[in-house]
Amino acid sequence: MTTPRGSDGTRAVTHYVSQAPFDPYSIEALTPEQERYYLASQWQLMWWKLKRHRVAVISGVILLVLYGSTLISEVVAPYNLHTRHTDFIYAPPQSVHWFHQDKFVGPFVYGLDYHLNMTNLKREYRENKERVYPLQFFCRGEQYKFWGIFESQFHLVCPAENGTLFLLGTDRLGRDMLSRIVYGARISLTIGLIGIALSFVMGIVIGGVAGYYGGWVDNLIQRMIEVLRSFPELPLWMALSAVLPVNWSPLLVFFGITVILALLDWMGLARAVRSKILALREEDYCTAAQLMGARPRRIIARHLLPGFLSHLIASASLSVPSMILGETALSFLGLGLRPPITSWGVLLNEAQNINVVALYPWLMLPVVPVIIVILAFNFFGDGLRDAADPYK
Amino acid sequence: MLRYIALRLLLMIPTLLVISLIVFTIIQLPPGDYLESYIAELQSQGESVDPEKIAFLREHYGLDKPFHVQYGHWLLGLLQGDFGYSFEFDMPVTQVVGDRLVLTVLVSFVTIIFTWIIAFPIGIYSATHQYSWGDYGLTFLGFIGLATPNFLLALVMLYLANVFFGTSIGGLMDPGYIDQPWSWGKVVSVLEHLWIPVVVIGTSGTAGMIRRLRANLLDELQKQYVVTGRAKGLPPFKLLTKYPLRMALNFFIADIGAILPSVISGAEVVAVVLSLPTTGPMMLNALQSQDMYLAGSFLMFLASLTVFGVLLSDLALAALDPRIRLQGGVRR
Repeated sequence: MTTPRGSDGTRAVTHYVSQAPFDPYSIEALTPEQERYYLASQWQLMWWKLKRHRVAVISGVILLVLYGSTLISEVVAPYNLHTRHTDFIYAPPQSVHWFHQDKFVGPFVYGLDYHLNMTNLKREYRENKERVYPLQFFCRGEQYKFWGIFESQFHLVCPAENGTLFLLGTDRLGRDMLSRIVYGARISLTIGLIGIALSFVMGIVIGGVAGYYGGWVDNLIQRMIEVLRSFPELPLWMALSAVLPVNWSPLLVFFGITVILALLDWMGLARAVRSKILALREEDYCTAAQLMGARPRRIIARHLLPGFLSHLIASASLSVPSMILGETALSFLGLGLRPPITSWGVLLNEAQNINVVALYPWLMLPVVPVIIVILAFNFFGDGLRDAADPYK
Repeated sequence: MLRYIALRLLLMIPTLLVISLIVFTIIQLPPGDYLESYIAELQSQGESVDPEKIAFLREHYGLDKPFHVQYGHWLLGLLQGDFGYSFEFDMPVTQVVGDRLVLTVLVSFVTIIFTWIIAFPIGIYSATHQYSWGDYGLTFLGFIGLATPNFLLALVMLYLANVFFGTSIGGLMDPGYIDQPWSWGKVVSVLEHLWIPVVVIGTSGTAGMIRRLRANLLDELQKQYVVTGRAKGLPPFKLLTKYPLRMALNFFIADIGAILPSVISGAEVVAVVLSLPTTGPMMLNALQSQDMYLAGSFLMFLASLTVFGVLLSDLALAALDPRIRLQGGVRR
């Protein structure tokens, strides 16, 4: 580029003029990623944060799978809930083998030989290496009524023809433990969800009232919560469930127990709601709504609640485990659910004495899903709570 | 300080009153009363019912009176140390309960001490070694303890103790020592049996305590005075023990209020499984047979135990923490 010279021969200062249209905000313009981040909704942000929490994601997937299985329990379980195998009472778990006489057969179980030990009258089962029962997948097995609506025979896994498949052993009536655990998940898992839904509503209403009105209402509710919290939970649960009439149908008892569990759980949520509302009701947008004549109910539900709902859901998910444990403990003591309703607690009720631990330890297996679910809920709730916190 | 104690004691009165009302409502909830089922049971066995005794009992405990009269009667009795009459045992409740209450207090007390001894070092380690493998491992262990149902753990431990140590199954002492006067052998036997319920009940509370201690200590460790101390070259151990740990200690005592209800709850279930001579099994029984005064007294006792425990922890906290003492309020 040649420098233009002026008429007097001095060197003129060069100017650079950009041809692009002038945009005064160009520096503040966002890249597409930034834009996506800043415009994302609150839930979107939570989801992104949650995804980075590996343990929480794994726990979430486990929970999803377990809850999914309750939708198709009939298909997942190899046998029906009440099918008895009178020839196989207290049969130990059959282990899955892959090789028979050094030859690959695929997953199979050996048949069981029954033998009554005449000295101590103990039922003894021995694996019979002659009989090989390969597992069948996606097969037709025992007939069931899917959700009590239509009949089907389709199972994920079924025993071989004339064979047995007790992967987790059988109980005192010869019922397959695995199937019973799968069916028990239906009750045990839903009782936590229904209970938490109830206590969620109670917590929001009571905590909302206390936080919004303040004054003596708040004081009264606070004292009430303190008293209820100082009660040892379990004896109170025991007392309340002893109140349930004996002649109630199992289904009614189920709902009764759920209500009882919820009745003693709303306090923590109510406290959280109250403290949040106390803080938020001083905000300008709340005053504005008040001046425009909105009613307390509308202000709470429309303007205040959405501000911390995500946080509430996270803390609610942390109290599901205590409900599941509560149901298990109550049913274990014989105060909760009763057969024919089958929950993990009801199953554990059978493992109540020391003989079981010594002789039939597999009857204690329903505790494994209990532990898994509670751990998963704890980790998932922790992750959710971190994700819901906008300041971290 | 005196003013604070007086205030707290005064506040306890309405609390206990409300608790007693709740307890009485609950034990009154089932339809009918014990005498009705008692008569029905006797008649079904073909035995004669002494109408005079029934009438006397009904009269004495006012079972035919309306709710508020019965409640007032029961409450007045409580204040005078008369816990009512156990229909099933045919004895005053005080006599039936007696030793069991002492044993419940003993088990709960030892459990809390145990929880502290376990949770304290683990919590400190987890906080000072945040995100290390040790932290993850110990936290996970704590979670497992939280997630395992108490009663099952109790069964398994009982079995193991029997197999490995030859401890007799069930109870809080060897059968030979029951109803014997206290002796050295009996104390040893009680100690041999005590550790199972203590460990079992303690596991669930320990996990929660570790997590809370860790969180509290972490908050404290991030404060500026710690940074300043480190910048000035204070040795790490002294830096930890001098201030942050003392702050965390306060919280430790305040936490009794949080774990006491769960300890007592756990104690009840575990007691049923282990057939401990504490309140658990008997209360379960009383609740099921509508032996209302016995059940009511148990519930009342357990609730008051927590209320008193919280009071004690608050007082200890006030003694340790000047901020509470001077403001006259409770900080959680």
